[in-house]
Amino acid sequence: MYAYDEIDRTLVNERVLEFRDQVKRRLSGELTEDEFKMLRLQNGVYLQLHAYMFRVAIPYGTLASNQLRALAHVARKYDRGYGHFTTRQNIQFNWIKLAELPDALADLAEVGIHAMQTSGNNMRNVTSDQWAGVAPGEIEDPRIWSELIRQHTTLHPEFSFLPRKFKIAITASDHDRAAIKVHDIGLRLIKNEKGETGFEVLVGGGLGRTPFIGKTIKHFVHGRDLLSYIEAILRVYNQYGRRDNIYKARIKILVHELGIEKFSREVEEEWQQIRNSSLQIDDEVIEDIRSRFIYPAYEKLPHMPDELRQAAADPDFEAWRKNSVAPHKIPGYSIVTISLKPIGAPPGDATAEQMDALADLADKYSFGEIRVGHEQNLALPHVAKRDLPALWKALDRLGLATPNVNLITDIIACPGLDYCSLANARSIPIAQELTRRFANHELANLIGRLHINISGCINACGHHHVGHIGILGVEKNGEEVYQITIGGRADEGAALGNLIGPGVKFDEVADVVEDIVEAYLALRERPEELFVDTVKRLGVEPFKERVYATR
Amino acid sequence: MPLVNGGKIVNDGFVKLAVDTPLPEGGDILVPAERFLSEADALLERSGKVGVIWPNNRDIAELVPYLGKLASVALVFPSFRDGRAYSQARLLRERYGYRGDLRATGQVLRDQFVFMLRAGFDSFEVKKPADAEAFMQTAKRYSVFYQPTGDGRITALHRRMQLRHSEGVGT
Ligand code: HEM
Ligand code: SF4
Repeated sequence: MYAYDEIDRTLVNERVLEFRDQVKRRLSGELTEDEFKMLRLQNGVYLQLHAYMFRVAIPYGTLASNQLRALAHVARKYDRGYGHFTTRQNIQFNWIKLAELPDALADLAEVGIHAMQTSGNNMRNVTSDQWAGVAPGEIEDPRIWSELIRQHTTLHPEFSFLPRKFKIAITASDHDRAAIKVHDIGLRLIKNEKGETGFEVLVGGGLGRTPFIGKTIKHFVHGRDLLSYIEAILRVYNQYGRRDNIYKARIKILVHELGIEKFSREVEEEWQQIRNSSLQIDDEVIEDIRSRFIYPAYEKLPHMPDELRQAAADPDFEAWRKNSVAPHKIPGYSIVTISLKPIGAPPGDATAEQMDALADLADKYSFGEIRVGHEQNLALPHVAKRDLPALWKALDRLGLATPNVNLITDIIACPGLDYCSLANARSIPIAQELTRRFANHELANLIGRLHINISGCINACGHHHVGHIGILGVEKNGEEVYQITIGGRADEGAALGNLIGPGVKFDEVADVVEDIVEAYLALRERPEELFVDTVKRLGVEPFKERVYATR
Repeated sequence: MPLVNGGKIVNDGFVKLAVDTPLPEGGDILVPAERFLSEADALLERSGKVGVIWPNNRDIAELVPYLGKLASVALVFPSFRDGRAYSQARLLRERYGYRGDLRATGQVLRDQFVFMLRAGFDSFEVKKPADAEAFMQTAKRYSVFYQPTGDGRITALHRRMQLRHSEGVGT
C-alpha cells in the first residue's frame, strides 16, 4: 500500500474545498452549466440519464480496507447502497445529488481517496496490473512508477485541458493484465542489459469509434527519463492533437495521421530539450516513493498446508480454487480473485454490505489490502494458503464466491441504456441473460477461458473490440441491434476482434453466442486450445457459417 | 474586461490594434501576430511599448528573435477547454527565457488562475468582474504542487526531501 503523507492529504483537501466552491457557484447560478461542466468532469461528475453519476479513482487499483469502507459509506449515505466497479479501476455511483457531492468527496478525502481527473480532457486515473507487487516473475512493482505518474499528472497546469482524455497503463509482467496496448500510452517495465529499470513505451492505442492497437514509440526509456518522455509526448499532443472534431481528437488519430515515425521524431525533438531539466527523476525521489509502499510482513508458510489438502475433497471448493486462486511471489501465499459476476446480476456491482464485509475479510486474511482489476472483479492480494478454505466459506456467504473467474460468465459490460445517456442499447440485460445461459459450471469449465465484453454504444466502455467475443449495441431504425466480433484480446497479444456478420436482435444475442461456443467446441484441436486461439487459427468463416446458416 | 496584474485589478495601458487599425502616434499597443511580424521593425522603433497577441495554433518559436524587445505577449484561450496556450506559456518562460509580461486573454475564468499562474502568466484579462475580484483568494487555493514548472514553486517531491533532510539535522 502507498501511504499518503501530510502533503498529499493537503492537496486532496484543497481540491475538495475548491469543488465545494464550484458547486456552490453552480447552485447559485453564478456558473452556467456550460462553464460548470468541465469543472465537474474534472472531479468525476457526469450528468446521466437519471441523476448525477460520480466516478471515484482507485489509482492502479489498490485499496486499503478503510478506503473500501469509505466507498461503502458513500454508497450507503449518498447513493442507493451500491457501487459499480469499472474497467478503468474506478468505482461509479449512479444516484448522487449534486448538493451532496462535496460532502461525499470530503468523506473520501479523509482516507486519501479522490475523484480528481476521473473524467474530462486530462490525464485520467493511472491504471496497472491488479496483481502488481505480488505476481510471480514481475520485474518490479509497477505501482511505484504508477504513483510517480499519478503525482506528476495531478493538476498538471499544462495538461488539464488537452484535446481529449488521456489514459496511461503500466505493466511489469510478461502477461499483461493492464491492457497497455489499448491505452493512449502503454508502459511495459523492463530492465536493460545493465540491469537498469526502464520502459518500453507504446502510444496511440485505444478503442471507441476508431480502435487502434498501440505502437511502440521507444524500446527503452530509462526510469529517470520517464516523466520527461511522457511530458514530451503530451506536449506534442497538446499542440497538434485535433480539436476541430471530437471524434478525431484522441492521440491515436494524431499518431495515425502523422505516422508513428513522424510522431516519434516530433516527440524525440521535444524530449531532447527537456530531458535534462528538473523533470529528471533522481534515485532519491524513487526511493522516497518506494519507501511509502508498505509491504506485509509475510510469514514463512508451507507450500501445501493441511487445511488446503483437506478442503480439496470438497468439489465446490476445488471448483472455486481452480479459477479464483493464483500463485503469489511468496511461497505459502496466493492471490484470490473475487468475482463480481454472480449469475444473473449486473457485472461489477457491489453492495455497501459486501464492500464492508470484504474490507473485514481483507483485514483478516489479506493484510488489509484489496485490488480492483479492469475485468470488474476484485482481488485479495496476500492470502495465506491455509486460510483459503475459511475465506472461501466467508465469501460464499456474501454471494462473492461464484466460481467463474475467466470463464464465459465473467463478463465485462458497461452500464448501457440502464444508466448511460450516450447508450444506443442495453448491455446489462444482455450480460445477465448470457450468465443464465452459461450458468452450468461444468459446461463453462469445459469451454475454458473465454472473455465476453459488451458495450452499449460505439464508445467501447465495455472494451468490446478486445473481447474474445465482443458485443456492441447499436441503434438501427429505432431498434437495438448487436454487432458481434470474435478474436479480440486485451493481453500482451492484443488484437481487435473481427465482425462475424450482420447485427442481430436483442433476443437473439444469447442464441448466437451459444452457436459460436458450440462451433468452437467442435472445432478446437485440443481442449486446451483457447477460444481465441481457435479463432486465430481458423478465422471468422466457420463461426460465421454456423451462426448465419440457420438465420 | 478587467485586467488583473500582480494580483490586483489595474488599468489596461495597452490599446489593442486590429490588423488594419492605423498606427497611433504614441502609447502602448498590442498588435496581432501577423501584423507584428510584417511590421516588426517599424513597430519597435516608435515610442510606446509594444506587445503581441499570439494565436494558440502558431509556433511560438517564431517570436524568439523579438522576445527581448516585447513588453507583453498576450496568449489566447478561445475557450477555456482549449489548453494550447498553457504549452506556449511554459515554452516562452522555461525554454526561451521570456521575462516580460505574459497575458492571458479570451475565456479566462477564476477556475483557471492556478493553472495559468503555474504556466507562467502574470496578467489576466478576466471575463467576469466577480472572478477578477476573487483573484487573490482563488490564486492561493493550492499550497501543494506535484510537478515542476517554470513558476518556481517548490514541488511536493522536493518539499518532502527538504523535510526529510531538516529532520535529519540536529536530531
Ligand atoms: C455511465 C457513464 C459513462 C459515460 C458517459 C462514458 C463515456 C465514454 C465516452 C464518451 C467514451 C469515448 C471516448 C473517446 O473515445 O474519445 C468512453 C470510453 C471508455 N469508457 Fe466510458 N463512459 C461511461 C461509463 C463507463 C464505464 C462504467 C466504464 C467501465 C465499465 C467505462 C470505461 C470506458 C473505457 C475503458 C473507455 C475506453 C475506450 C478507449 O479505449 O478509448 N466507461 N466512455
Ligand atoms: S459504451 Fe456507450 S453506453 Fe456504454 S457506458 Fe460507454 S458511453 Fe455509455
